[in-house]
Amino acid sequence: MESFLAALLNGLEIGLLLFVIAVGLNIIFGVLGVINFAHGGLYMLGAYLTYTLVSRGGLPFWPALLLAPLAVAILAIVLERLVLRHVYGRHVTDSLLLTFALLLIIDDAVRMIWGSGIQVVTPPPGLRGATSALGFSYPVYSFFVMGVAIAVMAALWLFFTRTRAGRVIRAAAIDRDMAQTIGINVPLVITGVFALGAWMAALAGVVAAPMRAINPGMGDRIIIDSFIVVVIGGLGSFPGTLAGALVLGMIYAFGGRFLPELNLVLPYIGMALVLLLRPQGLMGRRTG
Amino acid sequence: MLVVEDIHTYYGESHALQGVSLEVKAGEVVCLLGRNGAGKSTTLKSIMGIVSPRRGRIVFEGEEIQGRPAHWIARHGIALVPEDRRIFAGLTVQENLDVAQARRPPGERRWSLERVFDEFPMLAELRDQDGGTLSGGQQQMLAIARALVTEPRLLLLDEPNEGLAPVIVQQIGALIDRLAETTTILFTDQSVPFALKHASRGYILQKGRVVYQGSIETIRNDPEVQERYLSVA
Ligand SMILES: Nc1ncnc2c1ncn2[C@@H]1O[C@H](COP(=O)(O)OP(=O)(O)OP(=O)(O)O)[C@@H](O)[C@H]1O
Ligand SMILES: [Mg+2]
Repeated sequence: MESFLAALLNGLEIGLLLFVIAVGLNIIFGVLGVINFAHGGLYMLGAYLTYTLVSRGGLPFWPALLLAPLAVAILAIVLERLVLRHVYGRHVTDSLLLTFALLLIIDDAVRMIWGSGIQVVTPPPGLRGATSALGFSYPVYSFFVMGVAIAVMAALWLFFTRTRAGRVIRAAAIDRDMAQTIGINVPLVITGVFALGAWMAALAGVVAAPMRAINPGMGDRIIIDSFIVVVIGGLGSFPGTLAGALVLGMIYAFGGRFLPELNLVLPYIGMALVLLLRPQGLMGRRTG
Repeated sequence: MLVVEDIHTYYGESHALQGVSLEVKAGEVVCLLGRNGAGKSTTLKSIMGIVSPRRGRIVFEGEEIQGRPAHWIARHGIALVPEDRRIFAGLTVQENLDVAQARRPPGERRWSLERVFDEFPMLAELRDQDGGTLSGGQQQMLAIARALVTEPRLLLLDEPNEGLAPVIVQQIGALIDRLAETTTILFTDQSVPFALKHASRGYILQKGRVVYQGSIETIRNDPEVQERYLSVA
């Protein structure tokens, strides 16, 4: 029972964090029509910047939580304006190749700057160690991760349903030309959305830094997981992204605990099953 | 108010507008007539900045606007209701209006949401419904309302009566007459009867060129022109 509950919590934690990353990928696809491979690199940069600020720079964790995502969002604005902008409206393979190239460049830049070893960040004081509040011992920091992810989710939901800016982004995602025709500055919206997605990926990277091994492969790993989430949940669906992220989180958590030999292939089996049985994803809309 | 001077617009290599010129004076209601594929929509899209003419000038209130992006033109007083309406499906009726509303102090608005709902009581009832679920007539009303909240001085309507039931066509006609008191209007149609009732002047387009301009009555009384350039209603 205990190990079941622990696995459940672990699945929630992995899933919620994945949601924060994959939902950005999904929003960017919705508005830009670009599948952004570089998203994983931006997540990784969030983690490495935290390492530099906290482990190297001696800064407390909290300012890093603000600064690192901000820095990555600014980098994203530059990337969108200088590079990405040129492939909109072209065939989707162009943007795939371009963002894949960006991911490789970020990977190599990380290796050059920080080396290929594993780096470590310790959790901030107050979030270290374990708690037995639920009757069994579980890391305090994990609850913090879930809290951040839930806060991001709630804020996103409020933003997209309750604010004009959120509705404008939805309109631009539904029909870019018509949005432009009613006076929406779509190129500006696109830059903003890309920055928002990058900010969320980097935030996830900061939050992940104290609990994951920081290494130059972590961006590739997370982008694959995000794609699995999107395939399982359905492209363009928020509830679908949450469902897909939680399903994958549970697969990792329960697989790791009860079927360790299969843990590496289980996510792909899950993805293949969804593709076979429900190609539009659990909650995605059917398209032609 | 609007002067279009010899514009040439292309889709890739296809030469859709081959030197279109027309003029709309402040306060007028002008109709652009022509058959399928004549270039009516392309003319409106060129004015709106959705496609850019390769040659020619478009002057609105004394300023050249060709080559400007559509959102700039929308914010400077022109609105377009496209022929396929393009309601944002997934946004409610109210949200469709909300995203289009011009950003200015409420006191300077001619089309506050209250006034829109006064003018279109049907939309008030549907305000929380998904725009994608509306009937054709309701979508057309919403598309016109959405154009109005951008506060246009020139309203472009692309085949506003296309595919609608006669009752709705009548409502749209009455609406155009009322709007005409405060807004300059350029609309398109494939045949004469609707234009005759609601426009003061017309142009006929054929294969991307203006082949006739003048009063709608003259067109009505000239079966040969109708036969040659228009659809029979
Ligand atoms: N997006 C496009 N790509 C390529 N060609 C186009 C496009 N849109 C229109 N055309 C072509 O441009 C020409 C003018 O089309 P346009 O839509 O302006 O005609 P229209 O008078 O509005 O016709 P309709 O009454 O059918 O709406 C036609 O030959 C059409 O095939
Ligand atoms: Mg047309």
